[in-house]
Amino acid sequence: MEEIRTGVYICHCGLTIAGVVNVEELTEYAESLPNVVVSREYRYMCSDPGQDLIKKDIKELGLNRVVVASCSPRMHEPTFRKTVEDGGLNPYLYEHANIREHCSWVHDDKELATKKSKDLVRAAVKRVFHHESLVTREIPLNPNVLVIGGGIAGMQAALDIADGHNKVYLVERDPSIGGHMAQLDRTFPTLDCSECILTPKMGDVGHHPFIELLTYSEVEEVSGSIGDFKVKVRKKARHIDESKCIGCNLCEEKCPWKTDSEFEAGMAKRKAVYIPFAQAIPNIAVVDADLCAYIQSDGKKCGACIKLCDAGAITPETLLKQTDEIVELEVGTIIVATGYDQFDPSVIPQYGYKKYDNVLTGLEFERITCAAGPTEGKIVTKDGRPVESIGIVHCVGSRDENYHEYCSRVCCMYGLKYAHLSKEMANADVYEFYIDMRCFGEGYEEFYKRLSEEGVNFVRGKVARITDEAQTDEEQGKLIVVSEDTLLGKMIRVPVDMVILCSALEARSDAENVGKVFNINRRADGFFLERHVKLDPVATPTDGVYIAGCCEAPRDIPDTVAQAEAAAGKALSLISKGTVTLEAAISTVDEAICHGCGRCEEICAFSAPNVVTKNGTLVSSVNEALCKGCGSCAVVCPTGAIAIKHFTQDEILAQVSALTEA
Amino acid sequence: MMAGFEPQIIAFCCNWCTYAAADLAGTSRMHYPPNVRIVRVMCSGMVDPIYVLKAFEGGVDGILVAGCHLTDCHYIDGPVKCDETVNKLREVLHVLGLEDKRLRREMVAASEGVLFAQVINEMVEDLKKLGPSPFKAKTEALA
Repeated sequence: MEEIRTGVYICHCGLTIAGVVNVEELTEYAESLPNVVVSREYRYMCSDPGQDLIKKDIKELGLNRVVVASCSPRMHEPTFRKTVEDGGLNPYLYEHANIREHCSWVHDDKELATKKSKDLVRAAVKRVFHHESLVTREIPLNPNVLVIGGGIAGMQAALDIADGHNKVYLVERDPSIGGHMAQLDRTFPTLDCSECILTPKMGDVGHHPFIELLTYSEVEEVSGSIGDFKVKVRKKARHIDESKCIGCNLCEEKCPWKTDSEFEAGMAKRKAVYIPFAQAIPNIAVVDADLCAYIQSDGKKCGACIKLCDAGAITPETLLKQTDEIVELEVGTIIVATGYDQFDPSVIPQYGYKKYDNVLTGLEFERITCAAGPTEGKIVTKDGRPVESIGIVHCVGSRDENYHEYCSRVCCMYGLKYAHLSKEMANADVYEFYIDMRCFGEGYEEFYKRLSEEGVNFVRGKVARITDEAQTDEEQGKLIVVSEDTLLGKMIRVPVDMVILCSALEARSDAENVGKVFNINRRADGFFLERHVKLDPVATPTDGVYIAGCCEAPRDIPDTVAQAEAAAGKALSLISKGTVTLEAAISTVDEAICHGCGRCEEICAFSAPNVVTKNGTLVSSVNEALCKGCGSCAVVCPTGAIAIKHFTQDEILAQVSALTEA
Repeated sequence: MMAGFEPQIIAFCCNWCTYAAADLAGTSRMHYPPNVRIVRVMCSGMVDPIYVLKAFEGGVDGILVAGCHLTDCHYIDGPVKCDETVNKLREVLHVLGLEDKRLRREMVAASEGVLFAQVINEMVEDLKKLGPSPFKAKTEALA
């Protein structure tokens, strides 16, 4: 066996390690360990000069094992594997000791932290002794991309990828793409009409030769891994013949069955057969089976739409016989852009939402100011009276320990937009109740300044409650906003005709389930967790699955679009490379000891091992393309014939025994 | 409780969840006692009983086996397999005279840095009450 010659490199990481761990003492200690021929410390090992130290030592000192003690291997193990490879060694002859996240950042006793660092370095040195050269494999990447969510994030990502002539499947749960942005009236701070900038993009998505749109559909199952995902999509029954519907909307006009329109945020009605909104893509009808009397009576009642549909898109068969369809897709990468839910302010009883007619959420007010909305763009009370005064309450459900601790990032700006529109469209007196005004984006602070000049009354303080109990004549018939004014240092009562609650953006109610389907973790606040908050903001811990938009955190439209383009860029770079590197740390069978008992075959969740007959005896054989390297087969193997490369018993036991020395 | 006794703990943490949670505890600067040494495994279902037994034989006072929650597993059902291993191990440890609390099984997601620090704090407290592993003295006497 060749002589093992190990180099150990201790990173100061500026002062983040060196400020707690005695790096000189640690370096000296490392040099005393068996097989260590050189031990060095350096301020930033990940820098080029730091990496050059390693490469130089490999050449000049004939190193064949390398250990770096620095940050988490999740951060820089790939960096140093590359360094070692550049230096001429196999990248797996490297081991990483985590003395920052697991030591200097969590302990303040310098002596104990140094002792722990010595243990971790010793364990790494003893482990790397057993490392073997491993070969990674390349498999072709399926260039098709799946995008989940047809809001602005999903549409933008789909367009970027499809414009490069790559096939995109865009799956949207609702009957039309558009998302929340389609419901907005105008966008801050430019006040351009949301529909005007959005609907051309919706059209582009709908007509794109490289985008296949699956609306009214949900992903049920994802299997496989980067480069080769297999996806099952449930295409819900629309109860119409999609190929025949021409979107004439006659069916909706005549349908007698009504319910609250989701698109109009419940401010108007839609029918049992409906097109969600005028610019819907695809512009075809959908039947709400729960509401349709024909479907509910099994064809005995109504059927008005059948008689009216000249195109023959609605028939007794489509209504009664059409069922959900399962579509199977094969893609190489996935972008999840499932958006957000609006916080329901009725859980804050003192704000009177749902109790008082004229206490509205932001989304409801968007529909009121919209010319195509339920009031045709007139700001009026529910009973049609003109609105002379409006209270706008910020941070409803956000920055509140009782609901969501985070800032929803968009409410200050949309609150200011409402103030402007209330002034412009209704010449109303406007009161903005805010905690802090957060106007951070391009043109945002300027917009705030402009609103101050427009005569909006800014009240700094948290609103205690909203009531209709008048204490003075002036308050009669009004809603009274009771709030602290921290600048005046007293409680105030402001009578108004209408109150808008700037509701928080929160994680989708089904985010947990979606996270499970795509194997994405969530933060404590419920939103999806990115791989690295600063340096890998659209990747997830699952290779080949990216996130964009408000499913990751609340954000405004410009940031959402930027993130969608970033996610598209990630997918495009994979497509451009064309292959995926498969993990080398997978299981391997020593056929000389294997009895072919089949325990490995039973336990494997990926059907990687199979017992086969070789030279007349039964042995296990592992399909390398299927093996993910989880190691469960090695645990159940009664003879020790199966090992996981890079996580062998020898390697882990060397680490364990080194840690028990001390 | 033994005065001045500092228990030695080895934590087997899965790469995807609990190792990441320990990283998050670090990036969030959540302090916990320096009694724990983490061994990274790809999956909690990869933890062989032999690793746990060897660690106890080597004299550690407590062991944590931690990974993803049941539904978050990168490898579908690793936590279920891990539970099976740990349950079997408990019987063996009982025979060897090791208290139940010396082997702790947890599911700590990547986002649960606070939980990771809390688990370590609790383990150190529990093990301080139990005192040094009886197995250590026994193996030393037999050696």
